[in-house]
Amino acid sequence: MTATLLAAALLLGLVALGLGALARRAGADVDLAARIDAVLPQTQCGQCNYPGCRPYAEALARGEADIDQCPPGGDAGARALARLLGRVPKPVNPAHGTPGPRVVALIDETTCIGCTKCIQACPVDAIVGAPKLMHTVIAAECTGCELCLPPCPVDCITLVPRAADAAAVPTRSTA
Amino acid sequence: MLLQPFHGGVRLPPHKPGDAAPAPQSLPLPPELVHPLPPPGASGACAVTVGQRVRRGQLLAAAADARGAAVHAGSSGTVTAIAPRPVGDGEATCVVIATDGRDDSAPLPPLADWRELPRERLLERLAVAGVVGLGGAAFPAAAKLAAPGTILILNGAECEPWLRSDEALLCHGAVEVLAAAQLLAHLCRATRVLLALESRMHGARAALQAALAAPGAGGVELVAVPTRYPVGSERQLIRVLTGQEVPSGGLPRDLDASVHNVASAVAAWRAIVHGEALTERLVTLGGRGVRGAGVYRVRLGTPVAHLVAHAGGYTDAAARLVLGGPMMGQAVVHDAVPVLASTQAVLVLGADELRAAAPERACIRCGDCAAVCPAQLLPQTLLAQLREGELEAAAQQGLSDCIECGACAWVCPAQIPLVQLYRDGKSALQVQEDERARAAQARARHLARAARLARDAAERVARVAARAPATAPAAAQPAATAPATPAAAATTAAAPMDKAAVLAAIARGRARRQAAAPAGREDAP
Repeated sequence: MTATLLAAALLLGLVALGLGALARRAGADVDLAARIDAVLPQTQCGQCNYPGCRPYAEALARGEADIDQCPPGGDAGARALARLLGRVPKPVNPAHGTPGPRVVALIDETTCIGCTKCIQACPVDAIVGAPKLMHTVIAAECTGCELCLPPCPVDCITLVPRAADAAAVPTRSTA
Repeated sequence: MLLQPFHGGVRLPPHKPGDAAPAPQSLPLPPELVHPLPPPGASGACAVTVGQRVRRGQLLAAAADARGAAVHAGSSGTVTAIAPRPVGDGEATCVVIATDGRDDSAPLPPLADWRELPRERLLERLAVAGVVGLGGAAFPAAAKLAAPGTILILNGAECEPWLRSDEALLCHGAVEVLAAAQLLAHLCRATRVLLALESRMHGARAALQAALAAPGAGGVELVAVPTRYPVGSERQLIRVLTGQEVPSGGLPRDLDASVHNVASAVAAWRAIVHGEALTERLVTLGGRGVRGAGVYRVRLGTPVAHLVAHAGGYTDAAARLVLGGPMMGQAVVHDAVPVLASTQAVLVLGADELRAAAPERACIRCGDCAAVCPAQLLPQTLLAQLREGELEAAAQQGLSDCIECGACAWVCPAQIPLVQLYRDGKSALQVQEDERARAAQARARHLARAARLARDAAERVARVAARAPATAPAAAQPAATAPATPAAAATTAAAPMDKAAVLAAIARGRARRQAAAPAGREDAP
């Protein structure tokens, strides 16, 4: 008798927990996704297998994605996601890429044929140029997402360390 | 006046013999002056070219932004190079001037009638003359004075050991200091002017009282504050004088107070009344490692080696060269660096004046660091958080409120370099903030692009519909397939690239360049 009652109570409890979880998930949500999006690096590189940072944030909010899928964010980013989502911290999954120093794209202007394919691929409109005219990257806007590399028919785009980190010294001197 | 104690602090051996500071000595002009240009984008701001003759006070580079200051030539001569030179413990692009010994100057028009001039005009002059705080931070005076305060505090409490530059100024230039106080009070629209000096500065006090007794002078209250490091720090001085705490993350202006170093005040006064750009400062030379210790009037840009050589040279005891005070200064490895506006002192410390180097040990939780922290932080907690890489948690604990005074590291029995850790942590926080700003910018641009693509798609659909009005039902079909929302447009536009394709493209490019490089060499004659 007691056992049956206990079992029933346990069952009810489980059902209540499940309902609560469901309710939480349904409300989960724009707000959480925005908060996750706020800690993502916004490279829009798609290395997480989602088409940008916001979709990855939404997948995380729905509980579909793991916290270790963002190489540009690095281990620190994964830690921030873990804290935000109450999950166990873990390093970035190498299957998605290895965290490294932040880079920017650089177009070799002598090789560029002006095909505009990279301009169309750039998720943050950081490449300027016109058809059959040389293109160039606005370094301050480039997120280093590498999405401009595959479409380039002449392979004239390389990735270089970000200027602010390399501390480019102006070379206007010693005549 | 009733003084309030501030939390923590330490008592340090002053190394300041006598009641009054020695009179500032002059230094022969160095053969070469080195003026670092404001970073970054320094070449764009540079106003001179190599080979050009410049006069003392001539503009070398305009201020890069509101936090930067204009740079002026320290003496007349010829620009011999604009090149990277060692500055402090790093390197910066510098204008190098070979002095010609004539030392003719290019002053700005004096504004003797400053009482009648609008405030903006005077602030603009301070910015043009490159007047910065001479207490160590070198923050532009014009930016600091832009926020008025009803209480003006002139800071003459240089509480670090050895430092006597401000004391020498108070002892031997009291009249100028009081004139400068009137100017700053006018600029701040201050109703109350306090001049804080340390209680042990008897000579300076007597000189100031004598100057205050002169007709026309006055309106300045002298306050002797106890010598306890870091009482000369802005926030601690405000606490001592007013009993109020500058709020965390706030500024003195939140308390309607404005704090200025006495030497900066005099520099501002000279810039307005005499039209002089900031080209020199008083520098304390001290420590057992150098002969001729004292206070020197040094042109900005003078190499430290020149100062030391003309004072009397190094002694055998010299063990460490420090720019600035022993607590907050910067140890440098050689003396080819120039004296800057922030260089209050050049100390050559002997081995017996340094704390014996001992290996760092584990924290024993004695709590001394928390007891002396003037910012009332918990250094042990911050230490644990920073060692764990928990930057966010450390920021929540108030890492940004650390004034980097070094009292915690000074008392630590385990010799843990606490203040260095906090300094690194603060710069890491700054980097993180910059990254966040970049991310926000990228997000905005990404959203704008998605919106544009959606608009383009909608326009295309509308065009098709307009071109074929007869087949309207058919035209509606592409509309249904067109992305409905910006987010959807972004999804279709920025479909995840195949990683293999990216890697293949990188490999292809590398191979092509490698193949192209030798070919190019063959083409060359």
